[in-house]
Amino acid sequence: MELLSGGDILIRALHDAGIKHLWGYPGGAALHIYDAIFRQDKVNHILVRHEQAAVHAADAYARVTGEVGAVLVTSGPGATNAITGIATAYMDSIPLVVISGQVTQDKIGDDAFQETDMIGVSRPIVKHSYLVKRQEDIAETIAKAFYVASTGRPGPVVVDIPKDVTDPNVKVAYKFPEKVKIRSYQPTTKGHSGQIKRAVKQLLAAKKPMIYAGGGVIMANASEQLRELARLLNYPVTNTLMGLGSYPGSDRQFLGMLGMHGTFESNTAMHHADVILAVGARFDDRVTNTPSKFCPNATIIHIDIDPTSISKTVMADIPIVGSCEVVLADMIEQIKESGKKPDSEALAAWWEQIEEWRSRHGLYTAPRHGPSGGDIIKPQDVIKMLHKVTEGKAYVTSDVGQHQMFAAQYYLFDNPRQWVNSGGLGTMGFGLPAAMGAKMAFPQSDVACVTGEGSIQMCIQELSSLTQHQLPVKIINLNNQALGMVKQWQDMQYGSRYSHILYEDSLPDFVKLAEAYGHVGMKVKRYEDLEAAMRECFAMKDRTVFMDIYVDPSEHVYPMHVAPNGSMRDLWLSKTERT
Amino acid sequence: MKRIISILLENEPGALSRVVGLFSQRGYNIDTLTVAPTEDKTLSRLTLTTHGDDKIIEQITKQLNKLIDVVKVMDLTEGPHIERELMLLKVKAGGAQRAEVKRCVDIFRGQIVDVSPSGYTVQVTGNSEKLDAFIASLPEGDIVEVVRSGVSGLSRGEKSLRL
Ligand SMILES: Cc1ncc(C[n+]2csc(CCOP(=O)(O)OP(=O)(O)O)c2C)c(N)n1
Ligand SMILES: [Mg+2]
Repeated sequence: MELLSGGDILIRALHDAGIKHLWGYPGGAALHIYDAIFRQDKVNHILVRHEQAAVHAADAYARVTGEVGAVLVTSGPGATNAITGIATAYMDSIPLVVISGQVTQDKIGDDAFQETDMIGVSRPIVKHSYLVKRQEDIAETIAKAFYVASTGRPGPVVVDIPKDVTDPNVKVAYKFPEKVKIRSYQPTTKGHSGQIKRAVKQLLAAKKPMIYAGGGVIMANASEQLRELARLLNYPVTNTLMGLGSYPGSDRQFLGMLGMHGTFESNTAMHHADVILAVGARFDDRVTNTPSKFCPNATIIHIDIDPTSISKTVMADIPIVGSCEVVLADMIEQIKESGKKPDSEALAAWWEQIEEWRSRHGLYTAPRHGPSGGDIIKPQDVIKMLHKVTEGKAYVTSDVGQHQMFAAQYYLFDNPRQWVNSGGLGTMGFGLPAAMGAKMAFPQSDVACVTGEGSIQMCIQELSSLTQHQLPVKIINLNNQALGMVKQWQDMQYGSRYSHILYEDSLPDFVKLAEAYGHVGMKVKRYEDLEAAMRECFAMKDRTVFMDIYVDPSEHVYPMHVAPNGSMRDLWLSKTERT
Repeated sequence: MKRIISILLENEPGALSRVVGLFSQRGYNIDTLTVAPTEDKTLSRLTLTTHGDDKIIEQITKQLNKLIDVVKVMDLTEGPHIERELMLLKVKAGGAQRAEVKRCVDIFRGQIVDVSPSGYTVQVTGNSEKLDAFIASLPEGDIVEVVRSGVSGLSRGEKSLRL
């Protein structure tokens, strides 16, 4: 059997686990590993400019491909810099393996140089973590880490490796386990058949049904089943922020996103629904508004792979633990076999009601914002233009703020894994590294990062990585010259007292900044120039382009839940109008 | 309501901190906690008591089950069970008090395990309420120190928590 050092074993194991790209940043405790990377060509290491970005990039790579993302950082500051990225992935259930170097075992606990208790610091934000103590354990630990990260409800796994374990002078036999078995971890995939039967019966008896689908549908690759079920029944569908793309955004049965900034029609329909099929969604507080006022008349069927998501905030009447893909397929089969059809009369009346809501206040039918023209560019119109120019086919990553909500509302995502955003943690700085990760996965596709002048500055250093690794992405900066989302809350709840949301003329010249990194910069201040500029931007296939677009700084995101104490249907529709 | 939750845990470094961390992270209470390896050296058995309504307890058991190192979880209070706690207590017992303390110890079927001129060290076992009652039975101000093991428990009859 071949004898290898710990560093070589690690890289070989990553390769055997299916990793093509490893996002990372070197340092003392990881040097043996970096030397092992130097002597091989199977795993492609991508040097970033900040460890947070390495994690976001790997995370986005995982989101768009469905594979596991991999990261390598050094101990101490390298590890702590990765924390925001790990927390982001954890909140959105993204499969990642994050390898951190650690000081040698004889120094652990001594407050050694660059020592941080990574297992301890990351504990609340990982699915699991491992400290590897012997060379012999590396390959098996990596195999376990990938298995845990990618099965059940996915999530990030940290593997902390002390430097002595990767010592080049100590060599042991290499063997990558063919199968992994963990006696204390056996995720359920198949749903309980009795529960599924009950659910199907309830679903077919509905008079005002709603299908509420979240990110779990995308993670489980269940979009096809979701589409089939929805069409089979002709039931309306809404998506969470994380679920966008699981059902086609431009489809007639799609009512738009639900929740705090969801559409009037989907929030209102949810409120009045008598049966809700929640699938791969977790009744987040940004969806339910006040939980006690959530959907008062509804029987709730809840499909989720994670039992802790069920009846956590809202009680489920029919809980089903299992993979969305498997459970939905079982439901479709049972419905087909039964030969039963939903109550067509009730359904027709329900659709009539929904269409009335849609035409009254719909996001896409009754504009929620004034017109663009001259030096007024409405941010919503920029997203619509982006959709038009990219023909709805781009991978869109975003940061956090108003621009994120506009992107979610107006770029009608027709495919799963097309929309990449930090929904759970809401991490500003996610967008640009995420675009880098998506572009690495799909070099031939357009990748647009919809961002704001606030967020983009949180990981702006990655403009340099884009240059080095030739990953041309398009940055669509909705520049409202303010931390717009915070400003909106200050407008609505704090009497427009703008506490620390303005930059007082300190914003950089983004065009020059982009150019300094070797990219193309464009400034757009007039609406009439927008389309031509954007077409020019996307025509430059092999260049990263930074489009600095000056949008109306007074614009708010609507609809918006009335809070506190509101129900789902209590919405602000504009600055002055509410339901 | 008080609940006794029994957990079979991989005997791995850091496993206990994951359990304890879960409680503090999610705002659940741990009232008592005991842990030790079992006859199978790869497994630890952990017993903790907590309180909360049914919804919280359901979340606690689900969240515990979700931890990778947790092999099995059982809420002992859901069925008939045996509950024991051990207490060691130092109490002043000089002069006239000496006989009085001895009588209390006998009533609670405790044992005097150490003696000094000024007092006794007493061992009492039983459920938590019994230990509370013993403390209450001693004259106020006479207790020097108390150490309690926290609750351990097993379900009655055939039911068991094992691999
Ligand atoms: C790392 C981080 N810090 C703070 C926040 C709180 N926050 C949410 S939105 C926002 C403003 C974002 O401003 P910008 O990127 O310009 O987007 P806009 O809302 O103006 O479109 C802030 C500060 C956050 N989400 N993430
Ligand atoms: Mg802004």
